[in-house]
Amino acid sequence: MNARERWIAYWTLVLRETLRFLRIWIQTVVPPMVTTALYFVIFGNLIGERVGPMAGHPYRDFIVPGLIMMSVITNSYANVVSSFFGAKYQRHVEEMLVAPVPHYVILGGYVTGGILRGLVVGLAVTAVAAVFAEVRVHAGWVLVAMAVLTAGLFSIGGFINAVFARNFDDISLIPTFVLTPLTYLGGVFYSIDLLPPFWRELSLFNPILYMVDAFRYGMLGVHDSPLWASFVIVLTAGTALWVLALSLLRRGVGLRS
Amino acid sequence: MAAALRLEGLRKTYRNGHVALDGITMTVPEGDFFALLGPNGAGKSTTIGILASLVVKTGGKAWIFGHDIDTDFARARRHLGLVPQEFNFNVWEPVVEILINQAGYYGIPRRRAATRAEELLHRLGLWGKRNQQARNLSGGMKRRLMIARSLVHDPRLLILDEPTAGVDIELRRSMWDFLREINAQGTTIILTTHYLEEAEALCRHIAIIDRGRLIENTALDRLLERLHQETFVLYLREAAEDLPDLAGLRLRRVDARTLEVEVPREAGLNRLFAALDDAGVQVLSMRNKANRLEEVFMSLVGRELDERPATKDTA
Ligand SMILES: Nc1ncnc2c1ncn2[C@@H]1O[C@H](COP(=O)(O)OP(=O)(O)OP(=O)(O)O)[C@@H](O)[C@H]1O
Ligand SMILES: [Mg+2]
Repeated sequence: MNARERWIAYWTLVLRETLRFLRIWIQTVVPPMVTTALYFVIFGNLIGERVGPMAGHPYRDFIVPGLIMMSVITNSYANVVSSFFGAKYQRHVEEMLVAPVPHYVILGGYVTGGILRGLVVGLAVTAVAAVFAEVRVHAGWVLVAMAVLTAGLFSIGGFINAVFARNFDDISLIPTFVLTPLTYLGGVFYSIDLLPPFWRELSLFNPILYMVDAFRYGMLGVHDSPLWASFVIVLTAGTALWVLALSLLRRGVGLRS
Repeated sequence: MAAALRLEGLRKTYRNGHVALDGITMTVPEGDFFALLGPNGAGKSTTIGILASLVVKTGGKAWIFGHDIDTDFARARRHLGLVPQEFNFNVWEPVVEILINQAGYYGIPRRRAATRAEELLHRLGLWGKRNQQARNLSGGMKRRLMIARSLVHDPRLLILDEPTAGVDIELRRSMWDFLREINAQGTTIILTTHYLEEAEALCRHIAIIDRGRLIENTALDRLLERLHQETFVLYLREAAEDLPDLAGLRLRRVDARTLEVEVPREAGLNRLFAALDDAGVQVLSMRNKANRLEEVFMSLVGRELDERPATKDTA
């Protein structure tokens, strides 16, 4: 395939992936908006009043970046894992395998679809947040870059999960037992300064913490760890997972018998 | 001129240790209409899967129009159109999008893909269903959808794995016409089927695979010449008391008004009817007991079911 043909194949995939989640927007875009609204009602307003300011910001404003990041992470992952596993399950992944599409184009198409889902949901959640709290922009480029990179990282993660998944249970295992705990413990609802030393040290091994932290910097201008650390972590993890995903595709794991 | 397909010593052992292909070597010339026959589990779909890169071969080589499927896979795949045995489209996607997306994976621009999709949907009688989700199609329509999808990129070699399974007679005939037409326009076609009259009606060359080995590969006429005798079923006007004695022809009574007779090829039918006439037996109608190709096929691979290798249920 020449460059133009690869480009067409890539956009075909991106368009198909985007239409897929937009067509079922009630399942994909609306639920995170509802959850976020609930978080704001309960934590932001009812409990937040008693918590008082955190890192120098009203509690309800403090949790905005974390909640947006949480939905970006969950949705980019969910998008790719369910779409690619669905393609394996219904076997229409074969449509791509019989065609001369290079593996990196397939991976790139799915990951772009996941990023778009993450961003669309992230924006929807931001709109909900704006109803309950103040949404501020301190460093716009950090917000955009961190949201895109994080969504990309978790899209690749979702892809790898789908490659190994053999049934529908396998696609909810990682989100339930790994992603959700790491996100909740990743400083969405608190600054790690509040933690006792041991837990604070332990938290530093949680990569999601750095992404939430950088995103919070982009909005509020406050952060716990250096900004560069966040970018190094997300870029390194992303590259490693990309390489792994490509090698799985090349070896045909879970795809070719 | 390179052959449309060349296989050399193709082997496949599945991960559970099952040897599905045990060295298949054959060639399909360009422009041919070729039947790949064989009993269930013979290895037909495995062979096709290897060509479509859905199955990883464990040995041998294959070329599509001279392009090695391992080293020159992009070009090899570009020339291949595939209609798999089982439905493998996204049932939630609208019919026309399935075609346009498939074209996209071959790098065909959207506008050209849309024109091509429209043309194919018209030809296969699916235009009226273009905006329906694929799950709303009937079984026969789904088969036609897969044929349309396999042609979006104008492949020079079209491989169909049991395209007419579960398709009604009328539709089957129109699918035959369609396939003949694209074959006449230059597309090489390889077809697997369990309906041997289909292979006989359409194909010029026949290969038979059995338990992963090629046991026959020849022109249809050659194969039919091997038919030493044919069995006919005769329906009588009224029950015949005594059967005429026909030297050389074995006559057998099925029930009071039905006879079966085995006629050697060189004997012909005149003598049979003369004898029946003399005996005052009136024949109302007659048919071949089995289709001719079916008889040769059975003589080549025929065996009782319990002689077949048992399908393993443990790995
Ligand atoms: N993924 C697999 N793992 C293990 N064995 C397999 C696998 N796929 C097929 N087989 C075995 O390989 C053999 C050949 O199967 P194949 O599907 O190629 O047969 P076929 O000729 O297409 O049969 P049919 O006419 O029933 O479609 C069978 O014994 C089958 O059980
Ligand atoms: Mg088969």
